[in-house]
Amino acid sequence: MQSEQTSARASGVDRDIAQLPQVAHSRNPGMDLDMNWVRAVQANTSAIERRCASLPGRRSVKKDHQAAWLLKAITMIDLTTLAGDDTPGRVRRLCAKAAHPVRPEIMTALGVDEITTGAVCVYHDMIATAVDTLDHLGVNLPVAAVSTGFPAGLSPYHLRVEEIRESARAGASEIDIVISRRHVLTGNWQALYDEMRDFREACGDAHVKAILATGELGSLRNVARASLVCMMAGADFIKTSTGKESVNATLPVSLVMIRAIRDYYEATGYRVGYKPAGGISKAKDAITYLALIKEELGDDWLTPDLFRFGASSLLGDIERQLEHHVTGHYSATYRHPMG
Amino acid sequence: MTVKEIFDTMDYGLAPESAKEALGWIAERNGQFGLYIGGRMSAVGDTFDTKNPANGEVLAQVTQATPDDVDAAVTAARKAQRKWAALSGHERAKYLYALARLVQKHSRLFAVLETLDNGKPIRESRDIDIPLVARHFYYHAGMAQLQDAELPDREALGVCGQIIPWNFPLLMLSWKIAPAIAMGNTVVLKPAEYTSLTALLFAQICDEAGLPKGVVNIVTGDGRVGEAIVTHEDIDKIAFTGSTEVGRVIRRETAGSGKSLTLELGGKSPYIVFDDADLDSAVEGLVDAIWFNQGQVCCAGSRLIVQEGIADRFYTKLKARMDKLRMGDPLDKSIDVGAVVDPVQHAQITKLVEAGAGDGELYQAPCPIPDTGCFYPPTLITGLSSASMLMQEEIFGPVLVATTFRTPSEAVEIANNTRYGLAATVWSENVNLTLDIAPKLAAGVVWVNGTNMFDAAAGFGGVRESGFGREGGWEGLQAYTKPRAKAQSLKPIAAFAAPKEATVDALDRTAKFYVGGKQARPDGGYSQAVWSKQGALLGHVGVANRKDIRNAVEAAHTANGWSKTTGHLRAQILYYIGENLSARADEFAARIDAMMGGRNGAKEVNAAVSRLFTYAAWSDKYDGAAKPVPMRGVALAMNEPVGVIGGFCPDDAPLLGLVSLMAPAIAMGNRVVLAASEPFPLAATDFYQVLDTSDLPAGVVNIVTGSHAELASPLAGHLGVDAVWTLSGADISAIVETESAGNLKRSWVNNATARDWFGAAGEGREFLVHATEVKTIWVPYGE
Repeated sequence: MQSEQTSARASGVDRDIAQLPQVAHSRNPGMDLDMNWVRAVQANTSAIERRCASLPGRRSVKKDHQAAWLLKAITMIDLTTLAGDDTPGRVRRLCAKAAHPVRPEIMTALGVDEITTGAVCVYHDMIATAVDTLDHLGVNLPVAAVSTGFPAGLSPYHLRVEEIRESARAGASEIDIVISRRHVLTGNWQALYDEMRDFREACGDAHVKAILATGELGSLRNVARASLVCMMAGADFIKTSTGKESVNATLPVSLVMIRAIRDYYEATGYRVGYKPAGGISKAKDAITYLALIKEELGDDWLTPDLFRFGASSLLGDIERQLEHHVTGHYSATYRHPMG
Repeated sequence: MTVKEIFDTMDYGLAPESAKEALGWIAERNGQFGLYIGGRMSAVGDTFDTKNPANGEVLAQVTQATPDDVDAAVTAARKAQRKWAALSGHERAKYLYALARLVQKHSRLFAVLETLDNGKPIRESRDIDIPLVARHFYYHAGMAQLQDAELPDREALGVCGQIIPWNFPLLMLSWKIAPAIAMGNTVVLKPAEYTSLTALLFAQICDEAGLPKGVVNIVTGDGRVGEAIVTHEDIDKIAFTGSTEVGRVIRRETAGSGKSLTLELGGKSPYIVFDDADLDSAVEGLVDAIWFNQGQVCCAGSRLIVQEGIADRFYTKLKARMDKLRMGDPLDKSIDVGAVVDPVQHAQITKLVEAGAGDGELYQAPCPIPDTGCFYPPTLITGLSSASMLMQEEIFGPVLVATTFRTPSEAVEIANNTRYGLAATVWSENVNLTLDIAPKLAAGVVWVNGTNMFDAAAGFGGVRESGFGREGGWEGLQAYTKPRAKAQSLKPIAAFAAPKEATVDALDRTAKFYVGGKQARPDGGYSQAVWSKQGALLGHVGVANRKDIRNAVEAAHTANGWSKTTGHLRAQILYYIGENLSARADEFAARIDAMMGGRNGAKEVNAAVSRLFTYAAWSDKYDGAAKPVPMRGVALAMNEPVGVIGGFCPDDAPLLGLVSLMAPAIAMGNRVVLAASEPFPLAATDFYQVLDTSDLPAGVVNIVTGSHAELASPLAGHLGVDAVWTLSGADISAIVETESAGNLKRSWVNNATARDWFGAAGEGREFLVHATEVKTIWVPYGE
């Protein structure tokens, strides 16, 4: 699937439709805000933590299966740079890595076609550089842009909406917006819904990922409610974190969010994607996340259309594990091209 | 499959744990095992096969112990016991600590061996069973260390015979052996015939720990070996975990033998889901409740009781979760459900489901069933009611049965509509609701928003036909210690015989029974005269029969509101009884002197008043505990009333003896049916008036008179009585213990030994322990 898309892009197909989230599914149109549903949501923290604690012991993926799962994980990475010192050169290097994430001889040894990461993820000012670089490299990877006053989301509202439009115009096909945490913390679900609706509308054809900044929402119940409200307002993806909070993606938060996605799918028939971001840096963690998705949401979600990792250093660890799988010897960081 | 193919299918593949080391351990012993007696492995005797239930392959041959072998083991244990108990607590603690460390050092070998022999998933033996085993030895190393300082008035029982089941072979071994040897007992333990191997590996680590020879003895074999242990004359205590059916047989076989007994038996534990629960978490909880260890768990949440309004949604979620369960090779690290222990068990599960599933709707997880081995798919049967056979009978397999309820009180009613009372689970996000429900459930353990949580610090054990006694915590040590006291045998006291020439007062006085706060005539219409030493007729008392017992128990049941009163209120009433008795002290003293022909009456009345004050004091001071279990949350040990207690009062202290039984029982919230001192019943019958004037609700105390030997059977055999105590002068301990087997009620018998009712032995914590059940309520929390 991946290789087909890559070759299609190389031949110059319109980049707005290829390998966007949910290309195989109809896009979540959202629904009216259902406060009865939102209020009825429960999340028992201790039980959720127990489930997450036992999961790595319940599912173990070994040998060829592990290699295949790790390759899959790479295709789901939104390879990210979101730093104040980003420059065009830095972004070009990132894009090159996204286009060729694993050394070719390793791919050959594994007997698989070349893959790319799921997307590259940058600030608004770097969109053009990323789009141009990827075009130049001949790969049709989506460029995701963080938006709406990322990471705090406290700039003037009209500017936040306008920022989305600017980013879409600049060529971003995915917009990662940040919600106003204060709406969650004050229980103003209507305001959250309206804001998300506006953001979604501003995105146009670009797909929208709603960053909940779960580390700042205070409770798992709030995470569950915010997830639902954002989905009701038409989010294509819900995403844990900006990567800038002191606590980013965790398994318990993920479990709560994907259970909300499951409930939403059961109620509406629309599949919403999930993106944990920040703090996932080990290959083993990636496998655990994929197992969590497989167990709680099912195989349908094990695709870049519906699942992404927001990560910068995860890829490096996976590369080393893959080399170990191929050679039988533990690898070193410097053996793999930097991103 | 190629990596490329797996990339598309995203299958799990195989993740087998190696059996090489465990099979090597067996092979090093030539695949044959003798018995562990007196610190050495005996020669291999007649053997039977122990098999891997996941593939039917024979793992090893294990010796069927003979009665002579059991005798040799008991002799070795007896020989070792005195010296073992004489060691300081610290010395014993060092051995237990070494055992804990050795379990950890050999943890993977234990885990793999357990999975091979039992069929449980390696995840469970590795992540749950073995860590809990190590924890149990660590915890009880600490108990040995603290014994001298904290339990100076208690001592070891002696030699303990311990019989354990196949569902948690090594874990149950640790629950039995750790507290026993910590307190200075020695043990003869029989593992279940299906699963002997980890016990035999444990024998090896006893050697590695340098444990003195004979402290731990392990004899393998089938039920005949268990029988030889149960009936062995030189064993002081039997501890059994297993089926209710076998528990009942053991209760009868040990009756009157003087052996202590604790039983941890079957269950049909309710799993209640309220409509405000986190439903996904409650569904996940069921995976841990009924599909843990293939449902072969005595405390498995096997009866799902779900609020009607959410039932369909909950079942849908549950079925979706079942679809994700993976069944297969238990050594595979990605397996949720392994093999049931034996074809016999598989056949039993199949039979019960076939017989009962027709009452409801059957759903089975669509997981592929391996071609060989004992695999039974995760099963859900919805739409049942309490009258369905499968709602009442323990299946002991991966089969969940479900029904619905409307209100919290109906949930409790359905939950308690069972002969069992081991564990219960409650799911709701409303803390008021859960903490209101937990004390109302007939169970020894309640889990709130979680299930199957265990820890050495928290007591585990049941009520009703789930057995008696607790394992774990301070309360668990009751099962392996006894008061440090020299037992004197009881001298029977006969009533004064009718004189040749009677002295009779003009005015007739006939005492009736005290039932439901009223005086009741004997059902049979028989009375007997009570004579003084000098031959004066002191009055008549009724002769109670089984119907009088029935009526008294009925009255006690009606007074169930007493169990919900506050300790403060019960204290006030006990003080008031004391006050009213004190006001009539002279009259009672004279009566006692007249009946007994002595001069101790005044002293006895004073002691009785003091005793009432003692238990008035205790009413609001017999504290529960918050156990430091390793989780974020609390495990509360709540002292709850036992329920309805039948008591045979001592003969030798007609008023003080009665008060000594009644006061601790009602102080703790029980209702009682008491048989008064047989030779000297009139102090008890006079006491009705004191009770009547002391604001005691009707039915809390019921008193009958008559022959203890006659009443022992109907009272101890009454299926609505929760415990029976005999401190009678009549030697009825054997009858009481035998009859108590019916509903497996708790019994406390004196085995015809005397007690100094005027001294320290006449009151205190020992009585309170018997008057209460420890309920452990687990409340994990976190937002």
